Amino acid sequence: MSALVIRGATPYGEGAPVDIAVRDGVITAIGSAVDADGAQVLDAGGLVALPGFVDLHTHLREPGREDTETIETGSRAAALGGFTAVFAMANTDPVADNAVVVEHVWRRGREVGLVDVHPVGAVTVGLKGERLAELGTMARSAAQVRVFSDDGLCVADPLIMRRALEYTRALDAVIAQHAEEPRLTVGAQAHEGELAARLGLAGWPSVAEEAIVARDCLLARHVGARLHVCHVSTEGTAEVLRWAKARGTRVSAEVTPHHLLLDDERLSSYDPVNKVNPPLRTAADAKALRQALAEGTIDCVATDHAPHASQDKDCEWSAARPGMLGLQTALPIVVRTMVEPGLLDWRGVARVLSERPAEIGGLPDQGRPIAVGEPATLALVDPAGRWTVRGAELASIAANTPYEGMELPGAVVATLLRGKITARDGKATA
Amino acid sequence: MRHLLGTDGLDPATALAILDTADGLKRTLLGREVRKLPTLRGRTVITMFFEDSTRTRVSFEIAGKWMSADVVNVSSSGSSVKKGESLRDTALTLAAAGADCVIVRHPASGAAHRLASWLGHTGTSVVNAGDGTHEHPTQALLDMATLRDRLGGVEGRRIGIVGDVLHSRVARSNVHLLTSFGAQVVLVAPPTLLPTRIADWPVGAAGSLTVAHDLDPELPTLDAVMMLRVQAERMHGGFFPSAREYAITYGLSEARAAMLPEHAVVLHPGPMLRGMEISAAVADSPRAAITEQVANGVHVRMAVLYHLLAGEEEAV
Repeated sequence: MSALVIRGATPYGEGAPVDIAVRDGVITAIGSAVDADGAQVLDAGGLVALPGFVDLHTHLREPGREDTETIETGSRAAALGGFTAVFAMANTDPVADNAVVVEHVWRRGREVGLVDVHPVGAVTVGLKGERLAELGTMARSAAQVRVFSDDGLCVADPLIMRRALEYTRALDAVIAQHAEEPRLTVGAQAHEGELAARLGLAGWPSVAEEAIVARDCLLARHVGARLHVCHVSTEGTAEVLRWAKARGTRVSAEVTPHHLLLDDERLSSYDPVNKVNPPLRTAADAKALRQALAEGTIDCVATDHAPHASQDKDCEWSAARPGMLGLQTALPIVVRTMVEPGLLDWRGVARVLSERPAEIGGLPDQGRPIAVGEPATLALVDPAGRWTVRGAELASIAANTPYEGMELPGAVVATLLRGKITARDGKATA
Repeated sequence: MRHLLGTDGLDPATALAILDTADGLKRTLLGREVRKLPTLRGRTVITMFFEDSTRTRVSFEIAGKWMSADVVNVSSSGSSVKKGESLRDTALTLAAAGADCVIVRHPASGAAHRLASWLGHTGTSVVNAGDGTHEHPTQALLDMATLRDRLGGVEGRRIGIVGDVLHSRVARSNVHLLTSFGAQVVLVAPPTLLPTRIADWPVGAAGSLTVAHDLDPELPTLDAVMMLRVQAERMHGGFFPSAREYAITYGLSEARAAMLPEHAVVLHPGPMLRGMEISAAVADSPRAAITEQVANGVHVRMAVLYHLLAGEEEAV
């Protein structure tokens, strides 16, 4: 009988601090001065209790690039970031376009046991965009895949996209689209704006994203399917989503922490740590994305955690791979960009980091209310905590963080997955 | 000056000092039988060219040799770069081998800036000899030297830059340098060959930057016109319909050249595509300063090496 009492936490940052009693992974009591009765006590004075975070967009790099991240190291980073479930993207080597690979990822996640690892299945064989992968087989495998994505690449062919959307209606699954019209981004290196033009970096126009999002919203509505839009990066995409949602399209969307905080002013150093796909946009885009997240046009925050080896980042800009680490810095960036300016309260943080992504990803046991009878799957956050980001100290094997040396607010003090402490005081506890 | 990476942000006083030094070197060497100065004896200059180039590499090599520096040429085809070595390792290796200055041309925009940051802890200087579609600062300096010779200066002068501005590092470097010296620069190109929002770029406060799509109305107003090379691959990239249409619309024909004021100068950074962006007759006419540009290139590059490598107290 594993028993635990969390002392003095404030659920959702609302009301008076309470004690939360946990037994066998389930919350058994919430109140003042709950009797520990020999149970392990976790002092949570001054901490905010939130449902454990769910990341719809993580690159764990296993199988294929275990020199940059493994399911084990990525799980540690996730637990330290307050996450209790992550969706591992399909662009591994081999590609997760079949039941064998998705079951391998799912099993490794279970063995590590720090976070629920849900593999994302590829939409098309080999991410080539030419023919559908065996979506049904992956959905019915032990991994029970419910999110399909060719992330990193766009399902650009409109007929393939239509078929994928239609087919997944029968699987209760969602297609997560990396919206990037490939013909408009040939050779693209950075957001097509004044600064990239001055720096001689080939432009990545906003319309390349917006055109695909508009097309896919129309397709999803036409076939009555669900669509999820990965990493929204432009003001125009937010406007398209607002329009599509208003007319009843079943579309959801995510934004990354880096697109909420950073903008293309970062380009001028030519340091590829700032190279990411979609690219960092303008300050006006970032502001519009924060607003869209606050009002719910954008449903949730997803990290697009993308580890890369130093030799793939410490090079000339055009040779560098796009992507940045994100799991351990996600909550602090949300606090900086959304909570501190008053755009979201802690209830809102629970919505964008836990409840909505759990719904979109089809996870019935994540993003649950903090209530008696519910799973004790929680993140305990110190709102007054401050820490300085050091890439080398992050749990990932790779160290490509754009926040190096930045002091960020909001520290995850402990993470619980069904009553088990998976991270505490900066250490993952397997 | 530790590095020369671009003309964007280059202090006009420094640029002026380089130009004045180049003038001095030119006068010193004029009519000399032995064109060799001892100034950089014992200094090692390495040219690192990751793109094919004849004129720029040769110009830097001659500049170094006339200053008595030891010049070593590295090209990507004959080096470990071919074997997959990273740019960073190549640069650190050359610095460790004793390079006082690395002159780099690279297809990636920002490559020279990256080199300068990797070599920050060494004493090695970096000169950008062209990085992707970003900058080519010594080209802008030699163009400025040529315009000073022909026009006496560029302040208040109207200078047209015509052609593929989008992909041109020469155009970018010239926009920054010319405007910082008070020139009125007008870029003439079809909209497909202009960089994003270029009319809003911050430029030298003394100068101005405007955009036009039609060449003919601009010609009578120009004191100088710089014709940019049109690269063959752009013709297939859909930036304009055909070479013929480009030549008709933006090529500097004899008839167009006749619309320029008498004193107006024609520049071209080379290599030229005769019959495409410039007609043979215009290229060979007295108003064309194309060979003067090449000659000034050597003196400007000598001056750059001097300012980077020779101590302030050493005389030219």
